[in-house]
Amino acid sequence: MTAALVRALGDFDLAEEVVQDSLVAALETWPKQGIPDKPGAWLMTTARRRAIDILRRDRRYRDKLALLERSDMTSDPAEADDRLRLIFTCCHPALSQEAQVALTLRAVAGFTTAEIASAFLVAEATVAQRIVRAKRKIVDANIPYRVPAGTELADRLDGVLSVLYLMFNEGYLSRGAQAAMRRDLANDALWLTRLVARLMPDQPEVVGLQALMTLNLARSAARFDEAGEMVLLPDQDRSRWDSVAIADGMALLDRAGAMHAPGPYQLQAAIAALHSEARSWADTDWHQIVVLYDALLGHVDSPVVRLNRAVALSHFAGPEVALGEVNDLALVLSGYHLFHSTRAELLDQLGEPVLAREARRRALDLCQNPAERSLLERKLRS
Amino acid sequence: MRYVLMFVGSSEDQDAFEKLPKEQLAAAYERAGRWFEEHSKAGRIVGGAELQGPNTATTVRLKNGKAMVTDGPYIEAKEIVGGFAIVEVKDLDEALAMAKGWPAGAVEVRPVVDHSND
Repeated sequence: MTAALVRALGDFDLAEEVVQDSLVAALETWPKQGIPDKPGAWLMTTARRRAIDILRRDRRYRDKLALLERSDMTSDPAEADDRLRLIFTCCHPALSQEAQVALTLRAVAGFTTAEIASAFLVAEATVAQRIVRAKRKIVDANIPYRVPAGTELADRLDGVLSVLYLMFNEGYLSRGAQAAMRRDLANDALWLTRLVARLMPDQPEVVGLQALMTLNLARSAARFDEAGEMVLLPDQDRSRWDSVAIADGMALLDRAGAMHAPGPYQLQAAIAALHSEARSWADTDWHQIVVLYDALLGHVDSPVVRLNRAVALSHFAGPEVALGEVNDLALVLSGYHLFHSTRAELLDQLGEPVLAREARRRALDLCQNPAERSLLERKLRS
Repeated sequence: MRYVLMFVGSSEDQDAFEKLPKEQLAAAYERAGRWFEEHSKAGRIVGGAELQGPNTATTVRLKNGKAMVTDGPYIEAKEIVGGFAIVEVKDLDEALAMAKGWPAGAVEVRPVVDHSND
């Protein structure tokens, strides 16, 4: 019955949930009203009705319907394996990462080339050419259609996850000039990640990435105000965060953690979880966040991670210490707008408005996202 | 499926390699030799050779119907092909796995055109 509903609804979690609900309804109703003539059909009808109710009530109803149209998630193991093979082939390292992203969106998520082009702000012909070339290379160089095994799996899975995360980030905070956030793309990245997580349930980093995306999306409603202006984490109205999604994200993180193999996505999800748990920016467990950033640096020593760590550090070690750490990154991060806006914030705290202003101007010069630009402009005016 | 694995290194790599102390040079050659031996035994290597340096190269180029002979490699590149192996494997992943086992520098993997059905 669940399998049939999965096919009908295209959503495994939802199908399971409504089957559970209809069984509960049966337990409550049948003893009172007697067992219906066709109990199986009764259960099915109840489950379907329940599913429609849930979908209607969901404020992401339309998003989900759009997803359902192109998803044919199935519990048929042969088809599931097929899909997984397809994802690994699309994300083969012998293809450029741009091609991997385009091909995954096209072949797995069912995007049109026009949709991919608009999501990444490139010409449709460019996307089409990327896809054609990638497909040709798959055939000509005989890139196998398989899920790698053994020691190869970890590396290749990393590649798949970075494609999914890139897709998500492009959706979550678009570089483009059209919209600050493309929820469709972020949602689709989450959908794909959930698919991989379901097909490879014993891979903690996949679940970790799913948790990270879920926790980030949970804050969506508070990230922009009525005028469409971006609101940063310290100023967000936390009552607008989606507490159900946060609980989901936490549960996912617990499930990943239970596998005892921490990795960069789980650690980033854990940092997001600490933010989600805090009642306010000031109440945030900054010590723990710095500990998590240190662990993250053990996996990926990137200057951007160091920059974020410095922000967390400033909350208990003070802005001067943090600014020292940030300044150490000048050589590698001078072209990154968040390096300059972070410096601006710290300089403000240190009572250096002139230097802060200068740093903010440089951030503005480098920033492409319209919402972030507008935020910087507002601060420069104030 | 047949692929050619081209073993590539910069000329600085090459110079440094040649200046290695005797034992280290021998060890490096031994690792490469073992690679060839292992894959040959498994039937994956169809052919291949180690090439002498680019200073020994001569290029013949057809220009206006005339063959011109010039000193040096066909292109002045930072990286040069030091040798190659022709391999017969199932797919690109197997070819890449072989390339990953090569002890030094870069390896370019190129599929060979199959003319058997022409």
